[in-house]
Amino acid sequence: MVAKRIIPCLDVKDGRTVKGVHFVDLRDMGDAVELGARYAAEGADELVYLDISASAEGRKTFCDLVGRVAEKLNIPFTVGGGISTLDDAARLLDAGADKISVNTAAIKNPGLIDAIAGKYGSQFVVIAIDARVVDGRWMCTTHGGRNATDLELFSWAREAADRGAGELLFTSMDHDGTRDGYPCETYAALAEVLPIPIIASGGAGCIQHIADVLTKGRADAALAASIFHSGEIPIPTLKQELRKQNIPVRI
Amino acid sequence: MIAIVDYDAGNIRSVLNALRRVGASDYVLTASREMLRAASHVILPGVGDASVAMQSLRDKGLAGFIPTLKQPVLGICVGAQLMCESSEEGGARCMGIFPTKVRRFAPVPGLKIPHMGWNSLRLSSRAESRDLSSPLLSGLADGDYVYFVHSYYPEVCTQTIATSNHGIDFSAALASDNFFACQFHPEKSGAAGEQILKNFLAL
Repeated sequence: MVAKRIIPCLDVKDGRTVKGVHFVDLRDMGDAVELGARYAAEGADELVYLDISASAEGRKTFCDLVGRVAEKLNIPFTVGGGISTLDDAARLLDAGADKISVNTAAIKNPGLIDAIAGKYGSQFVVIAIDARVVDGRWMCTTHGGRNATDLELFSWAREAADRGAGELLFTSMDHDGTRDGYPCETYAALAEVLPIPIIASGGAGCIQHIADVLTKGRADAALAASIFHSGEIPIPTLKQELRKQNIPVRI
Repeated sequence: MIAIVDYDAGNIRSVLNALRRVGASDYVLTASREMLRAASHVILPGVGDASVAMQSLRDKGLAGFIPTLKQPVLGICVGAQLMCESSEEGGARCMGIFPTKVRRFAPVPGLKIPHMGWNSLRLSSRAESRDLSSPLLSGLADGDYVYFVHSYYPEVCTQTIATSNHGIDFSAALASDNFFACQFHPEKSGAAGEQILKNFLAL
């Protein structure tokens, strides 16, 4: 049986991680390569590196970083942030990324999913969707939740899967940062209609929230940032607890 | 000198990075028969469509040559599939090193295809009461997890040294004389994968 995956997410700006981390003995806490390797050694199943640089120079630095991450990590990793063309995806693949995630650019240009999946395979393309409830419906947003769209979550997720996305990374903007848990019913409803794995993101405040989204929410993986970076929930503790609840995890 | 078969169908960078991590720096990427013949170890990586990859091997004149190699040879993912008899992907006739066929996972409700992620290895098969031990998997324990990304799988056969299950039991690793194959990606399988690469290079 495929194990449920635990995925720390690292935000990177101009080649450096920007959120505080708990590994006090790291030589350089901003070093995204060293931090990623530490998470891998702790038992992370996969990592996500999200480029939040705004400049062209920052993007170039990020691509160099991806190459160094690929040299160091012995687990798969996904990169995202600012990927808007087939060339962007090709550069990151060449640098050694196992998967790329597309978000805003895919909403603006859905054909981007077909182009990348057609050339490199569905396993390489993660569709990231940020959505929030508006008048009782889940509506997609762009630019990290700043801009509203008229796309409905379920129809866009289905379309993205049909176009060749191999995984869905869904973040509820109503839950992100709240630490109140994930919207499990929505994840379960997505799992019902989508043939691709689903990564839950945003809202975890404790171990039980993660256990719930992997069981009641039927998610295949849970991604989180702050609870790992702060050291509140060490990955080995999390995985032991999930295993106690009979959730299949790699230990 | 380790030779990695260069046939335009490989996830070369990941394999090279993994070799460097396990301390192997003496390698070459080549399609030359002389260099492949002279290498201490040969690695056949592979991603994408098996029938396309098989045609590429034929175009390089290597499809009949690889089965004649005498040193340890390791196929990874699609490279492993090419070492079987045939694949349902594009109806490919493969090299026939392992007496088994490669089939597509049948669509079953709740089963996601591709089979992607960490799955556990079964190193012993009580049902068949066979000893599956192989030096390739030395140091691994039953139930250890490795990383898979594939939609087609080699069926279980007499040369299977580890199985995994995704709706059906399939060959996760195979061995026959000097030939070895992993359907999973040792280069992405954490410490377990690095152990397998070290075991292979120690053969």
